[in-house]
Amino acid sequence: MRETALRMSEVLLETRGLCVRFAARRGAVARAVDGVDLRVRRGEVLALVGESGCGKTTLARTIMGLERPAEGEVVYEGERIRYDGRFLRDYRGKVQMVFQDPMGSLNPRQTVYEAVAEGLRIQKRPGDEALRVADALSRAGLRPPERFLELYPYELSGGQRQRVVIAGAMALEPALLVADEPVSSLDASVRGEILKLMLDLVRETGVTILVVTHDLGLAWNIADRIAVMYLGRIVEEGPAEELLSEPRHPYTRALLSVVPEVEEMEQVILQGEAPDPTRIPAGCRFHPRCPLVASGEAARLGIEERCRGDDPGLHAVAPDHTAACHALRGAV
Amino acid sequence: MSDPLLSVRDLHVTYRGERGVVPAVRGVSFDLAPGETLGLAGESGCGKSTIAGALLRVLPRGTQVTGEVLLDGEDVLAMKPGRLRAVRWTELSIVFQGALHALNPVQRIGDQIGEAIAIHRTADDTRARIAELLETVGIPERRIDDYPHQLSGGQRQRVLIALALACNPRVLIADEPTTALDVMVQAQVLDLLERLQRELSLSMIFITHDLSTLSDVCQRTAVMYAGRVVEEGDAAEVFARPAHPYTSALAAAFPRIGDQAHRMRPSGLAGDPPDPRSIPSGCPFHPRCAVSVAECPELDVELWPAGDRRRAACIHARDGAPHV
Repeated sequence: MRETALRMSEVLLETRGLCVRFAARRGAVARAVDGVDLRVRRGEVLALVGESGCGKTTLARTIMGLERPAEGEVVYEGERIRYDGRFLRDYRGKVQMVFQDPMGSLNPRQTVYEAVAEGLRIQKRPGDEALRVADALSRAGLRPPERFLELYPYELSGGQRQRVVIAGAMALEPALLVADEPVSSLDASVRGEILKLMLDLVRETGVTILVVTHDLGLAWNIADRIAVMYLGRIVEEGPAEELLSEPRHPYTRALLSVVPEVEEMEQVILQGEAPDPTRIPAGCRFHPRCPLVASGEAARLGIEERCRGDDPGLHAVAPDHTAACHALRGAV
Repeated sequence: MSDPLLSVRDLHVTYRGERGVVPAVRGVSFDLAPGETLGLAGESGCGKSTIAGALLRVLPRGTQVTGEVLLDGEDVLAMKPGRLRAVRWTELSIVFQGALHALNPVQRIGDQIGEAIAIHRTADDTRARIAELLETVGIPERRIDDYPHQLSGGQRQRVLIALALACNPRVLIADEPTTALDVMVQAQVLDLLERLQRELSLSMIFITHDLSTLSDVCQRTAVMYAGRVVEEGDAAEVFARPAHPYTSALAAAFPRIGDQAHRMRPSGLAGDPPDPRSIPSGCPFHPRCAVSVAECPELDVELWPAGDRRRAACIHARDGAPHV
């Protein structure tokens, strides 16, 4: 399916045909993740971007083993993940998650030391616990670590709390860190420092990062590759710089055009909110909001019928760059 | 330049609560010309939302407010309650942040807007006026009897805007009106605010931490830090060529996509925004500043001229040499 053959050793984690569904009101089914094939490569920072409700957080949670797929599978290091307690415990020693709101992920009655040591204890990691905790704090930029060990979350600033959460995750020396909007609850001047920390961790420890975000500026700051998600599906995936400077999919183009940080693009403001995962349109799921369809461009290209009737699926638009759009078929 | 519609002179706001005395705003002055949009930028705790509260006098009881807020020359802070009620919503009005919480969840949206109209008796046919307002903000009239939970986040924010416009105010204060919204919905709401500002000749104060948004929406921007304005000037210029090192850091937090200087190089500031209860001495930014010099901890900073209609509260601006 893909033009670029990746050596299996380069793939740390992948999802194959992943579907996650939830029961919604009045017996409806929300197809939150609706057929995702995603490969996370060893040592990269991959940004999963999209609007709220597109399924990006559900996809991240499923990768963590927190949600079970209705179809498809999550494959880590060539092995399909299982949902028994033993497998998941081992798995979470290797794959760690950092959530959006550090206050919500820290126990208010636990000191910084306890918070960072907890994972080590659950994972029964051998060695000197105190040393590992101090080392993790120091790596996360809380120096000297002794100053922070006995503090409680309320005594820390927002940025410091997120550093504690990251220290707790990194203390286990995971191979993959899944970070869901890691800086969106932080003050603007503090964000950059946390992003810098994440890049430093990649360089120093070789950890792979999957960062889930709605913020394309963040992707410009730290991502090697970007996957754009729309209504449960990846609609474009490619190298960050290329995807942000030459977006191919009409949805990616619209999304970029409204970011105030992009100046040269003509604004394409899509009307309405992100659509409803209980009623995914037939054909290309983006067609009801697609500017190409609305402007008559799709009709002129003779593809409108396909837009309304055929699911395009991801195809190559450039080396290592895929998109799901009938208008881009045959672009290479 | 025409006379300012709104002129804030040496505003100080001090909260007094269980946790002691908190000087949230420490001497802020700015002017708003008719039809102008002014941006107030800064992070949490810098005092920007407190200013919004002070302009409308909706701060907690016991809060000490000094200085002047002159609306057409009349001091809002000195108004008697009756006069203040008449001015609120009809002259000065606000769109609060957090569309999820600012609406009454058990009242139909039409009734909430109608209430504001009825109190101020600004329209004879209330129902028709509500429908007109909803249409202005892009909500179909048939939603008039909906409850807030039946609306999406973007629609609720539109209802709040309709509510703020109910009595034809001249000054609209928008406090983080797009913060909780998705980027596409944000663009829709910003587009709406810009259109309204133009069509209704509104004067607007736009409060946010996002400098890049301000550079799009506003003519002028004032950047706040620790309860004071630290830089002011043309909005696009302030964002593109900051004169204060704090503004540079804030601008860098929202990198321009395509700018190689920020590709794989996120930048931020060491430390955290200061606690208003213990503001550093001298220039309050000095502990986080990369270009501070020996004098900064004792320096009595003020807004020094830093170019064309630009002022900055930085020793480097005083000395005439831009730091960046």
